[in-house]
Amino acid sequence: MRCFIGIDLGSTTTKAVLMDEHFEVLGRGITNSRSNYDTATRVAKHEALINTRFTLFHRALSVLPDLGGKLDQFLGDLERNFRLEQFLDQLADLERTCLANVKGERFKGKERAVGEALAAVFVRLREEAPALFARDAKRKSDFFRDIAGSRFMTVAQEIAKASALSYDLMLNVYDKAIIDVENRPPAGEMKDKYLKALERVAASAPEFGGLVGRIAGPVREGLEIPLEETYLVGTGYGRVTLPFSKEHIRSEILCHGLGAHIMYPQTRTVLDIGGQDTKAIQVDPAGIVENFQMNDRCAAGCGRYLGYIADEMNMGLHELGPMAMKATRTVRINSTCTVFAGAELRDRLALGEKREDIMAGLHRSIILRAMSIISRSGGVRDQFTFTGGVAKNEAAVKELRQLIRENYGEVAININPDSIYTGALGAAAFARRAVEH
Amino acid sequence: MSAMPVTEAVKEQSMLKQKEMIAANYELLATAREAGRKVVSTFVPGNLNELMMCFDVVNNLPEINAIQNGMRKKTGGYIMEAEKRGHSEDVCTYVKADIGAIAKGNLGPDGRPLPDPDLLLLSYTGCFTFMKWFELLRQQYKCETAMLHVPYEGDGKASKNMRDYVVKQLKEEVIPKLERVSGVKFDIDRLRQYLRESAKAEENFVWVLESAKKRPSPIDAYFGGVYYIGPIFTAFRGTADATEYYRLLRQEIEQRVADGLGPITPDGEMHQERYRLVVEGPPNWTSFRDFWKMFYDEGAVVVASTYTKVGGVYDLGFRHDPEHPLESLAEYCLGCYTNRNLPSRIDLIEKYVKEYEADGLLINSIKSCNSFSAGQLLVLREIERRTGKPAAFIETDLVDPRYFSPANVKNRLESYLQMIEQKRQGATPSAAAE
Repeated sequence: MRCFIGIDLGSTTTKAVLMDEHFEVLGRGITNSRSNYDTATRVAKHEALINTRFTLFHRALSVLPDLGGKLDQFLGDLERNFRLEQFLDQLADLERTCLANVKGERFKGKERAVGEALAAVFVRLREEAPALFARDAKRKSDFFRDIAGSRFMTVAQEIAKASALSYDLMLNVYDKAIIDVENRPPAGEMKDKYLKALERVAASAPEFGGLVGRIAGPVREGLEIPLEETYLVGTGYGRVTLPFSKEHIRSEILCHGLGAHIMYPQTRTVLDIGGQDTKAIQVDPAGIVENFQMNDRCAAGCGRYLGYIADEMNMGLHELGPMAMKATRTVRINSTCTVFAGAELRDRLALGEKREDIMAGLHRSIILRAMSIISRSGGVRDQFTFTGGVAKNEAAVKELRQLIRENYGEVAININPDSIYTGALGAAAFARRAVEH
Repeated sequence: MSAMPVTEAVKEQSMLKQKEMIAANYELLATAREAGRKVVSTFVPGNLNELMMCFDVVNNLPEINAIQNGMRKKTGGYIMEAEKRGHSEDVCTYVKADIGAIAKGNLGPDGRPLPDPDLLLLSYTGCFTFMKWFELLRQQYKCETAMLHVPYEGDGKASKNMRDYVVKQLKEEVIPKLERVSGVKFDIDRLRQYLRESAKAEENFVWVLESAKKRPSPIDAYFGGVYYIGPIFTAFRGTADATEYYRLLRQEIEQRVADGLGPITPDGEMHQERYRLVVEGPPNWTSFRDFWKMFYDEGAVVVASTYTKVGGVYDLGFRHDPEHPLESLAEYCLGCYTNRNLPSRIDLIEKYVKEYEADGLLINSIKSCNSFSAGQLLVLREIERRTGKPAAFIETDLVDPRYFSPANVKNRLESYLQMIEQKRQGATPSAAAE
């Protein structure tokens, strides 16, 4: 089948959306941009293709009466087991690469000991792997580097200690290997991994065991559908470095405008607060950009601002919003300068302000800045769609809703849980339409 | 094909001519002291070059020095020097580049020291910063200052009263001071003669600007335009050299039109004209080439710009008039772009968008220039409303290299051009993608 792919190369993450010729989204993929856009593009696309397979499975299986209400549960199991297969493949790759790095002056005379220690580490990692992907397991991240890295370090430390080896040696080997491994797609035949995952589901989930005979057919059918990359459009800050021609590149402003329009066709104003910029976009009823404004040289009030605050407070980025929601009052903060954020924060703390009240003030100041950019672009029109990483932050959303009500009255405000894919969605639609004409 | 080198050579002629003229003026400045010539510093908008020529003084233009230094990547250091001396980050970077340059020996672009002025002739139009600038220079040089107060065209037109007021100042303030400083008696017939030359040059200059109405436009009226305004806006209006320059330039552009060619860029011939833009605001000088490249790489040609009107809006019909020399100088000062109120600036831009069949308006808003930037968003909205064409906003600076963020500018510019493309395809959603 013909596939249309949009890639959004952001400063933090790279997103891919795959669409069929009826403008229907089949798959989404995301990866860290790792300052290597070629790889990020490849990986995000690869992820979107995997996600597409699951959509195809869903389609093929939804006609089976036997699965009934358990289809999502089954697909969830299948996907987790598929991820496990991928993880094991990459783990094997990591082990090979680590071993290959055990050479040179540094390791002289210790090659064997390090090799054995590594083997022991990887045995443990393999043993632990299924639990990481179990039904109720919580993973902090889905990126291989994050999952494998944190476990490697813990286990290697123990094993190095037990075998009287320097932990630094193990870490050195790992550091070199992980970059290579994360920059190449997982080895092995994709189709086999889906089938192996199916076997794992059959073996581990008794409720599906009896159904495997009937499920296998549609799954195989889903696997047989060829996914042909008909057209690809790239957007985002990394777009100029993409290894394809100008016709395949669209500005992220246009992509965000169109993406928001596809998600909410009544959208007339879009606000996107990303890692490094804040964009206010006005679109017409067809999703065509009429006007836009964005921050200039200064990243004040962008997502990175919250990142700095989180670092300063030694908290996770996702913890800031909930903390701000607990505020009883809003501390007035006028500087949204990312660089001054730390000083601003410490100053308020020193004055005895409560952390949650300061947080509320910080969120408000970000949104105030966004409001200024919106008004420069022509104001808020009904409907209003908020996208980007900051749209996931409840405290920011609360301030935004309030300021919009105060300044523009009652306006429908849309926030899509998949808003991180807005740019890639617009790019995919551009890809689809490029072929149509 | 054999015609090509000839065309290239012809193109070079006007450029070479201008280079010679600029070099000659810096030579005059560098040797002014030993030659016993008096030096007058003055500004571009509303400059009284023909009048100054009547007194045999050498014309030094601090703005032009700042631009020259900006293009030579020297202003970054000068600006920091000025900031070290207490000038804030928000101050006009032309001013800081000049103050910093003075602090560092005041070298001209040819590497030779510029002479201290004998007179500061302030004929500022619309920009109050100019006045403050000259106050600083007066402190520095402790020299004579002549101030020509040009009333702002708040009502959108120059009244007889305003003109008379300027003429009165010319007679009672400016001319006597020039006479005193230079020791030369004012001769109005000499002024008439220079103004006659000016009018000739102005005629050809307007022809060149208006050639951009053709498709493809043979010139870029912003990036190329800033070279074309060189002689007429600076120390050469009224000279035979300027007349000759514009004769040559017109000849070259006529040839380009006959050959159906687009503008010449630093990377050679521009082949496809994909977008026709009107640009409001001065260019960025420190990354001038990179900035221009962002346009021609996308096939974007600027067909009209307001910056090329800061030293006179000749395309609205004004010509220096030898029959009414002082009145004509007054009218010239009053009518400069920066001295016009917002509604008349909007009218002018609207006229450009329509007459030059532009795809839209792009505003390059200058971080450190309040006189240009105030009201620009309003201009943008109003032009969109009146013309139905999309407009966009980018932000850079004159000569502060820290304020030029290439990724950001490129992002906005490309978005804008793609927006134009999208609009051209019409309002159907399926067409939006192409």
